[in-house]
Amino acid sequence: MFDNLSDRLGGVFKRIRGKGRLTEADVNEMLAEIRTALLEADVNIGVVRDVVERIRVQAVGSKVSEALDPGQQIIKIVNAELVAMLGGETLKISYASQPPTVVLMAGLQGSGKTTSAAKLASWFKAQGRNPLLVGADLQRPAAVEQLKVLGAQLGVPVFSAPGDPVQTAAAGLAEAKRLGRDVLIVDTAGRLAIDTEMMQQVSDISAAVKPDYTFLVIDAMTGQDAVNVAKAFDETLAISGVILSKLDGDARGGAALSVKEVIGKPIAFAATGEKLDAFEQFHPDRMASRILGMGDMLTLIEQAEKVFEKDEAEKAAAKLMEGEFTLDDFLDQLQQLKKMGNLSSMMGMLPGMPKEMKNAQISDDMVKSTEAIIRSMTPEERRKPEIINGSRRQRIALGSGTQIADVNKLVKQFSEMQKMMKRMGGGGKKGGKGGLNPFGGGGMDLAAALGSRPPSR
Amino acid sequence: MSNFPIIFLILAAVVLVFGFGVVIQARRKKPTPVIAPAPKKVVAPEPVVEVVEAAPVVEVVVEKKRSFKNVLAGAVSSVLGRGEINDTSWDDLEEALLRADVGVKVAQALLEPLRARVKAKEISTPAELITALQNDMASRLVGTNRELNFDTTIDGPNIWLMVGVNGAGKTTSLGKISAQQVALGRKVLMAAGDTFRAAAGEQLQTWAERSGAEIIRGAEGSDPSSVIFDAVQAANARKFDLVLADTAGRLQNNTNLMEELRKVRRVAEKGAGTVTETLLVIDATTGQNGLSQARLFADATQVTGVVLTKLDGSSKGGIVFAIETELGIPVKLVGLGETMEDLVAFNPTEFVEALCSTT
Repeated sequence: MFDNLSDRLGGVFKRIRGKGRLTEADVNEMLAEIRTALLEADVNIGVVRDVVERIRVQAVGSKVSEALDPGQQIIKIVNAELVAMLGGETLKISYASQPPTVVLMAGLQGSGKTTSAAKLASWFKAQGRNPLLVGADLQRPAAVEQLKVLGAQLGVPVFSAPGDPVQTAAAGLAEAKRLGRDVLIVDTAGRLAIDTEMMQQVSDISAAVKPDYTFLVIDAMTGQDAVNVAKAFDETLAISGVILSKLDGDARGGAALSVKEVIGKPIAFAATGEKLDAFEQFHPDRMASRILGMGDMLTLIEQAEKVFEKDEAEKAAAKLMEGEFTLDDFLDQLQQLKKMGNLSSMMGMLPGMPKEMKNAQISDDMVKSTEAIIRSMTPEERRKPEIINGSRRQRIALGSGTQIADVNKLVKQFSEMQKMMKRMGGGGKKGGKGGLNPFGGGGMDLAAALGSRPPSR
Repeated sequence: MSNFPIIFLILAAVVLVFGFGVVIQARRKKPTPVIAPAPKKVVAPEPVVEVVEAAPVVEVVVEKKRSFKNVLAGAVSSVLGRGEINDTSWDDLEEALLRADVGVKVAQALLEPLRARVKAKEISTPAELITALQNDMASRLVGTNRELNFDTTIDGPNIWLMVGVNGAGKTTSLGKISAQQVALGRKVLMAAGDTFRAAAGEQLQTWAERSGAEIIRGAEGSDPSSVIFDAVQAANARKFDLVLADTAGRLQNNTNLMEELRKVRRVAEKGAGTVTETLLVIDATTGQNGLSQARLFADATQVTGVVLTKLDGSSKGGIVFAIETELGIPVKLVGLGETMEDLVAFNPTEFVEALCSTT
């Protein structure tokens, strides 16, 4: 959709490469690109102005290092600045000495309060706590019903009573004490920040339950208005932090930066998927590279860690380097990969991926037919694809319900990949470390090496 | 299967495998970081029991601000107050446009021609500049048909499909549309195609009762395509005029869910009905991501119009300029509040005038 910052800066740097020092004009041109990148990520314009000024101070006169690509240099400055702004630390939850610890959820309509309330309950449960959910959204039809269904899925009790939301919330608190639940999460109706009556109501709810934590739920797709919303809610409720919802979308999420900068409250949690456990504490450093469109390698690695069998993956990687990777191994890895979820969104998280690859749609169907082709091969064929001749090809195509051309393509690409990996096997270690660093050489070199081979069509 | 994407798949796998191997090697010496508790297997929702009588709904009638926000007003009055057009004027206007979520590209596209005209002395006073800007903005939004398309010439029911990201306001908008169509004397059947979100069916049921429509529901977790297909068949058999089909919210980059939506669109027309309107619901607070939403939903379901919701808040919905000009999808309806009457036809001239009005 949008060019990431490194693409944007690329053009500018081509011209200034080789200069010893950045001139004022060079810096201005760069800053304009940075400004656009931030605005396209929905960072608030006021915040953008401040950031750009601070970056200017750091960039003017900075030496263009021979070793480092000036683009990388500037990106590092920008990234460091954003990380600093987002705050280095994740919010620590401490529990009330007199349980229950009360958490109040607030936000605009449709920002994801009810789902986040349930996800938060799931998170507390995983921390060994016993939460109680209170449905105080008596406005949206079936909101309480939704919370009840989610609570049942989680095995977390849900309390609600018809009538007045303030009384319901208060009754919920009494219920938590009666049941001995140590965390109380109060879901409230969505409301507009400019709706004084509704803001008064949520303020009354807050007074009734005296929350230890008040979380404002903000949609990651929110535009420039995010700061106004956050300001208004913060003035009314003195929020303790923000829950950023729908972060699994393709929004850059600049709102996170704006909100943190303007009201000075941390982003506490981020919701990253449809499932109830897709909820995690917020990592500012990763958000910075996301806002810049630079990929989110760390999240990807973490996801991989959850699903991949460590030993297996290690073995596969070793085999790959030594060129002993067979189609069987490939099939295994494909199975693991599938567990990580949506393939094309994963591609988006890889830094330095060429654009054509990012935009390529990889659907389950493609995975399926790839699998079908490999499964239609004999074990020997999987080990030594070079023995596949005309009649074998025909059999495989027939068996997998694909065309002979598809089989050919798979075999050919597989062997090309093998060759490539063998070549990289030696140099891989050197570039390896950088894989962790979204801006470092390794990961990008690898991706670039892979991407630079024109796919044979 | 399309022509060459297998290679991408292989490459992705390789990159991941490789990356992962490297990480393991790099981390070997370090103690394993605290691993999040093993992901709980999410239990498949049990088939929903269809009793639950009318969840208590308190109708809090709130005083609502019904006018569009005059975001540009501040900038406009300071530009007008200056007596001449200078650099600050341009900065003010650009900032105001950006604050309205119009986006960098559209803001530049609006201001660049005006700069040229000022240079050429076609425009010399601030008042002329503002008028020209308003005209240019409005002209970006005109020329499209904003009527909801109800085709009386077809056999079988019209189908209107609601699509959009989570929390945009699909179900609520559908409820309001239903009320308006029932008021027009049409027989409306709702199809509760959001079988994913907990209690979405109940929410729609409430709207069906409020608006005087009937509703077909499926079990939670069932195939949305089949729920909608059943509704269309039922509507045809019972001579309904219109099927309003709700769908589950989904993020546009979720390929599998978008495929599901493609299927919904396809299967909806397998029976007796015709999809005459596919409405993309977009929250007015949405920033630049709105364009990505419009693009990908349009690609999957041939979106015919946009419903811009929650415009009664402090957000401006400026992203519709990009959506209309880049993708040619007209905004048809605007949501200005929570009651049934608060969904109104979009009027571009009013929208722009209200944005710039200084009164």
